[in-house]
Amino acid sequence: MITVLALVGNPNCGKTTMFNNLTGSDQYVGNWPGVTVAKKGGMLLNHPDCEVVDLPGIYSLSPYTLEEVVTRDFLVYEHPSVIINIVDASNLERNLYLTTQLLELEIPVVLALNMMDVVEANGDEIDIERLSRELKCMVVPIAAINGYGLGELINVALAVAKEKSTNQGLPIFSDTEEISVRGIERLLPDRESTQLKRWLAIKIFERDNKVIEQIKISNNLLERMNALRRRCEVAEDDDAESIVINARYRYITNTLRSCIKKKLKTGELSASDKIDSIVTNRLLAFPIFFIIMWAVYYIAIQTLGSMSVNGMEKIFGTFSDYLTQLMELGGVSLTIQSLVVNGVVGGVGAVLGFVPQITILFVFLSFLEDCGYMSRAAFIMDRAFRQFGLSGKSFIPMLVGTGCSVPGIMATRTIENEKDRRLTIMLTPFIPCSAKMPVFVLFAASLFPDKSWVGPSMYFWGIIMVVVSGIILKRTAPFAGETAPFVMEMPAYHMPGLKTVLKHTWEQVKSFILKAGTIVFAASVLVWFLQSFNTSLDLVSPTESMLANIGRFLAPVFVPQGFGNWQAAFAALTGFLAKEAIVSTFAILAGSGGDAGSKADLVLKLQSMFTPASAYAFMIFTLLAAPCCAAVGAIRSEMGSWKWTFFAVGYQTGVAYILAAIIYQVGSIIQ
Amino acid sequence: MRTLREIAVGQTVTVVKIEVTGAMKRRIMDMGITKGTDIFVRKIAPLGDPIELKVRDYELFLRKEDAEKILVE
Repeated sequence: MITVLALVGNPNCGKTTMFNNLTGSDQYVGNWPGVTVAKKGGMLLNHPDCEVVDLPGIYSLSPYTLEEVVTRDFLVYEHPSVIINIVDASNLERNLYLTTQLLELEIPVVLALNMMDVVEANGDEIDIERLSRELKCMVVPIAAINGYGLGELINVALAVAKEKSTNQGLPIFSDTEEISVRGIERLLPDRESTQLKRWLAIKIFERDNKVIEQIKISNNLLERMNALRRRCEVAEDDDAESIVINARYRYITNTLRSCIKKKLKTGELSASDKIDSIVTNRLLAFPIFFIIMWAVYYIAIQTLGSMSVNGMEKIFGTFSDYLTQLMELGGVSLTIQSLVVNGVVGGVGAVLGFVPQITILFVFLSFLEDCGYMSRAAFIMDRAFRQFGLSGKSFIPMLVGTGCSVPGIMATRTIENEKDRRLTIMLTPFIPCSAKMPVFVLFAASLFPDKSWVGPSMYFWGIIMVVVSGIILKRTAPFAGETAPFVMEMPAYHMPGLKTVLKHTWEQVKSFILKAGTIVFAASVLVWFLQSFNTSLDLVSPTESMLANIGRFLAPVFVPQGFGNWQAAFAALTGFLAKEAIVSTFAILAGSGGDAGSKADLVLKLQSMFTPASAYAFMIFTLLAAPCCAAVGAIRSEMGSWKWTFFAVGYQTGVAYILAAIIYQVGSIIQ
Repeated sequence: MRTLREIAVGQTVTVVKIEVTGAMKRRIMDMGITKGTDIFVRKIAPLGDPIELKVRDYELFLRKEDAEKILVE
C-alpha cells in the first residue's frame, strides 16, 4: 500500500523547494489528464512506499480555475493519505484561508509552517502550540530553504497518515450561518460519511455548481436547501459565497490575534518594501528594468560572451586537429574523416562554442526568477500590455523566453484567461531566445562588424512585432473579449540559495547541450551527408550535392528577401530543427572544419552569400519565423490542439516572410 | 464613502462594500479583501496602473478599474 502525501499550498509559499527536498531528484513531471496543468510527483526519499504529489499552487478550493478544480478533484476522488499544507508563516492570514477549507475535507491535514527563518528575522513570534490547538491539527515549523524541520515534518505526516484520523471541523460560522448549513447537512442522504456531508453542505450553501451537479439530489430537496440559504442571506444582507468567505477570514483573524505577535507596525517598511521603493519607484522603475536587461545581455553576450567564443574556438580547433591525426593513424577513410571533422565537430562545435554565453545568460535569468523580481516586472508592465489586450502576466513568459521559448511558453500557465493565454503563447517566440543568439552574433560579426546596434536591434523588432500583433489579433474573433480579472500577489524578495540558482541554470544549460548533442548533431550529420553526396551517392562537391538541389528548389521562395540562394534557403530550413542549427549548417557549408582559420572562413563565406540588406532580412526571418521543433512541441502541448499550433506557426512564419521581404527591399534601396 | 481608487498613497482604509461582480469578486475576496479588512495603499505603478496594496500582511496589486468598485472609508 503506497502512502500518498499531497502537498497543498498558496503560490510562492515554498512548496517547490519543499517538494525538491522531499523527493531529491526522483521526480516526474506531467500533465493532469485532459488539462494543461502540471502534475508533479516523486517518491519520498528513504521511504520507497511513500509518494509525494505536488499539487498546483492555489489560493482557494473554489471550482473556478483549472488549478483549483484539479487539486480539489484529486483530494476528493483520489483520497491521498495525508495533506501537507505548506503555509508561509510570514503571511499567515491569507495562507490559512486555504487551510480552513482543507480542514473540511476527510483527509488528515498537517500544517507545515514554512519560512520560519523569515519570521525569526522579522522578529515576529508565533505560538505554535496555541495555533495547533485552535486549528485542531498538527503544526510543524520548518524552513524549507535550509531543510530545518523537514525530518520532523515527515515523521508527523507519516504518523498522521497511519492513524487515519479525520479532521475536526472548525467553528467558523456564526449561529445564523450554522443553522442554515446544518439544516442543509441534515437534508443530505445518508450514503455519505458525516464529514463529507458537512463539506457538501458548506459547498451547497456556497452555491458551488460543480458539487450541486455531481451529487444529484431531488429538486424538492434542492428547493428546501435553497430556502435555508436564502434565510441566511436575508438575515445577513449578503450572498452566501461572501458569507462563507467572510466567516473564514473572521475566524482566522480572531484565532491569530492570540497566536502571533508581529514586530513591525502597519506602515513600517520591511526589507522587501525598502527594495521595492527603488525597484518599482515611479521614476526609477523603467530605467532600472532596462539597465538590468542591458547589463545581463551586455555581460553575457558582448564582453564575457565573445571572449568565451574565441576561447572555445581554439579548443575545438586543437581538438579536431588531434582527431584528424588519430584518424590518419587509424587509417580512417577520408570521407569519414570529413564527416567527423567537418560535419560533427564543425557543426556541433559551432553551437557548443556558445555554451559559456548561454550559461551566463541563464544564471542571470534564474536569479531574476528565483528572487521574486518577475512579479515586479508584471506590475510595471501591466498598463503597457493592457494597450494591446494582454496583462502584465503575459510579460513574464516573454522575459523567460529570452532564455528559451520552451519554459517561456510553459510559464503562460499562470494566465487564466484562455484567449489571452493563446495569444501570449503565439507571441512569446517573437522574442529572441538564446538559440537565435548565435545566429545574430555570427551575422552581426560578419556583415556589420562595427555596427553594435545590429544585435540588440533584434530585441527591438521582437518587441515591436509582439505589440503590433497583439493589437491586430486582439481585434479578431478568436482573441477578442473582456480583459481578464487581474489580481496578483507580490511576494517578498528573497535571496535565492546559490544551490537553487545553479540547479535552475544547470537544467537550462543541460537542455542546451543535450539539444546540441542530439538535434544539432543529427542535423549536422544530415547536412554533411546531403552536402557531400548526390542522389546516386557519389561523392561530389557541395554545389552538385543533394543539399544544393533541395536548396535550389527552395531558393526561389526567398528571392523577395534577398537570400534566394541554395545555401541560405537550406540553412533557413534547418532552423526549424533548432535555431542554432543555422549556425552549424553554415559552418559545414563553409567547410570550416576545425583549423584556427575556421571562423574567418565562415565569416568570408557569409560575406559572399549576403549583402548587408539580405543579411539583416535573414536575421529578421530567423527571429520571427516558426520556432524550433522543441518550442513547437511546447506550443502544441500548451495549446492543446494541432489546429491552434498550425495557426500559431503559420502566423509567425507569415509575419517573418513579409517583414523580411520589406526589410530587404527597403534595405537595398537605401544602400 | 469613497472608492479604493480615490485613496491617496500612504493612507489606510477599511473596506465597506465590494461591488465587483462575478469571478473577479470571488478572486478578490479569496485574496483577503473582505468587508471590514484594512487596506494600506502602498504605491501606484510607474505607468499609472495597477496599484499596490498591503492587505493582511502581504502585498498585492489591483487594477484601478477594479479598485473603483471597492467602497471604503
